[in-house]
Amino acid sequence: MAVKVASEWLNSCSGCEVAILNLGETLLAVLPQLEFVHIPVLMDHKYFGQTGEGDPHHIDIPQAVVGIISGGVRNQEHVEVAEAMRKSCDVIIALGTCATHGGIPALINQWPNADLFERYYRGSESTDAHADPTGKVLPACLDRSYALDEKIKVDIYLPGCPPHPDWIGEAIVALLEGRAPQLPTKSVCDTCPTIREGKGKLKHLHRFTKNAHYDPAKPVSEMHCLFEQGLQCMGSVTRAGCAGKNGQAPQCITARVPCQGCYGPVRQNGNQLLDYLNALASNQIDFTSLTDKTTLLEFSGGHGLLRAKAGRQ
Amino acid sequence: MAPTTVAAPAESAFAHGAGAQKVINIQPVTRIEGHARIAITLNEAGGVADAQLNIMSLRGFEKFIEGKPAEEVPKIVNRICGICPWMHHTASNKAVDGCFNAVVPPAGRKLRELMQVMAQINDKILHFFFLAAPDFVLGAGADYKVRNVLGIVAAAPELATQVVKMRQAGQMMIEKFAGKVIHPIVVVPGGFAKPMREDERQEMLAGTKEQLEFAKFCIEFAKQNIFYKLDRATLGLGEIKTGFLGTVSPDDGSLTLFDGILRLMKPDGSHQEFTYAQYADFLGEHVEDWSYCKFPYAKTWGEGFDMNLAHPKGIYRVNTLARLNVCDKIGTPLAQAELEEFRSRFGRPAQSTMLYHWARLIELVYACERVIELLEDPEITDPHVRNEVTPQAGRGVGCVEAPRGTLLHDYCTDDNGLISRANLIVGTTHNVAPMNMSIRAAAESVIAKGVVTEEALNKVEMAVRCYDP
Repeated sequence: MAVKVASEWLNSCSGCEVAILNLGETLLAVLPQLEFVHIPVLMDHKYFGQTGEGDPHHIDIPQAVVGIISGGVRNQEHVEVAEAMRKSCDVIIALGTCATHGGIPALINQWPNADLFERYYRGSESTDAHADPTGKVLPACLDRSYALDEKIKVDIYLPGCPPHPDWIGEAIVALLEGRAPQLPTKSVCDTCPTIREGKGKLKHLHRFTKNAHYDPAKPVSEMHCLFEQGLQCMGSVTRAGCAGKNGQAPQCITARVPCQGCYGPVRQNGNQLLDYLNALASNQIDFTSLTDKTTLLEFSGGHGLLRAKAGRQ
Repeated sequence: MAPTTVAAPAESAFAHGAGAQKVINIQPVTRIEGHARIAITLNEAGGVADAQLNIMSLRGFEKFIEGKPAEEVPKIVNRICGICPWMHHTASNKAVDGCFNAVVPPAGRKLRELMQVMAQINDKILHFFFLAAPDFVLGAGADYKVRNVLGIVAAAPELATQVVKMRQAGQMMIEKFAGKVIHPIVVVPGGFAKPMREDERQEMLAGTKEQLEFAKFCIEFAKQNIFYKLDRATLGLGEIKTGFLGTVSPDDGSLTLFDGILRLMKPDGSHQEFTYAQYADFLGEHVEDWSYCKFPYAKTWGEGFDMNLAHPKGIYRVNTLARLNVCDKIGTPLAQAELEEFRSRFGRPAQSTMLYHWARLIELVYACERVIELLEDPEITDPHVRNEVTPQAGRGVGCVEAPRGTLLHDYCTDDNGLISRANLIVGTTHNVAPMNMSIRAAAESVIAKGVVTEEALNKVEMAVRCYDP
């Protein structure tokens, strides 16, 4: 019998859902074994009955074995949808770094909502100044943007911005086979083929204002490590996975660009900022050469790691 | 259970006390790429008194990129949209180029356009077949459990397999060259992070020629099976009369997705043109209490903002239909022939909302032809793809045509090249007021005497899906 799947997206961009579609023919192959009961991006199942006739206090998510949730939790509606998913699904998968660690949207946690609204509705050069939209029809914003497990229990963490389709496929197939998915546990550096010569000579990091030094005719495996070239490469403090199961190199490195850190910390509860500062210190690299330290938490600012700075309203 | 805020429309002032009205919620709006609710208020006679599209969330990119090193921002703002990250990535890089006074070498510029237009190909296939087509192929009133792409897989497995394969091949072609296809990183201030090798060019050219054949099949399939057969009621679903905004080449007024001049057309077909940096002189943004998203309007028309169906004020539309309306021609032969047929049938500007789908497939043909043109240009493999940039104080307005419309990124930087101020107007945002109007128009045409069916509500959503929000 087909396994029932429900899918939801909260404070998200839909990149995780596109990553699911990027399974391509693999997805077609497993489709007969899956029965989607709720997935707003593809299917017209509604929260309150198909004509809105249902109980307005009860979000209806059909019972499912697997619940896939992308996005962090930013407003009251997200909380309610996440709770409804938790009630209806046996296993909850947090899909993508917004759900697992806060992701890019958690950068807003450095400001109180009042600052955002002031800028957005009254401080913008193209906007006719107006009071904040506070109509009853809008769900209230929470005080900040949360990772999913700050609001509901999560069973499987699938980080990545977005997660590589190989790992989404692995999670689906593992659940169909009744086993735990085999997901990456190493760092991006552990999967990177570039040449490391030792960090001894490096004293400062510099901004990515010109391209890395490499021969475009030669493969990535013949390029000097981008961190050792003095770029702020996040590979050492970031979970591996972006190369997929059979990739030759991490994705940013393939583009000859330093790792951005999008899979979050190597361990689920790690801290990319502290780990990175430690790495710089242990190699005698001047940490003041970092242009913006909060960039180190660009993908993992949930769980209270990024906070409003003093002096902001 | 405690009352939920998500169900608020049914409990709002409309629903209780004197003059109480019934509110029909379509929640969530589905087979779109974002998060929204439609709330239709019925009057005492059971007709439509009001209809709203509530945009439910606000992430705040304009605020939280403040203080970021500008050269990092194109890798942050791509997260605004996982379906069109290439659009934000390229528009943002253009804005940072402006801040840093950067000059992009020709090959860097061509690689940027190549990626941006290639990404449009996959986007258009995704929208037409995965999101929109089920309403036409399976029927607006089909059971929701089959009225979706999975239903198409079951009903037409060969077609579905071909669609999935072609879209997948397109995505992987980008990923192989650019490293990342969703949330790209390869475009950088001053140009592009890597040059294209000759073998990569050859492989991509072969792949795109297959995509062009598929695009020709798609538009013929859609014309024969859907567009030529649209009845008057469906063709008129959600129809409104508005102006249009899009980008054209400053040389000959032809369609361009990557770079050009903005053209703002009035409903009567007359138009004004302006550069990206002038946008705030021509466009304004209005705020309503019931949507986190703002409502851009044509400030330059001097008539204010009003979504009244009979007498709209300041309302213009963007996205495929808008671009085909504002352009004088298309510079590639097959798409130009399609545009001529389209114009001979519907005139210029065409107003029927359903025609967004037809226009989308004409743009699909254009995008394939344009990618082939770019790949056949020998300069695209020039190894000089990036000039060094110097972080400095400045301002830059970057713009591209995203699948969902004109996309503006406006940044200022401080002396260290950190973002000091950012203002964005995103493709779908321009269409928020028109979507509200189309919802109202569609609802009025399918709801009467308090009878509300699932099929009627899906038709209201079909009006929204045209805009591919």
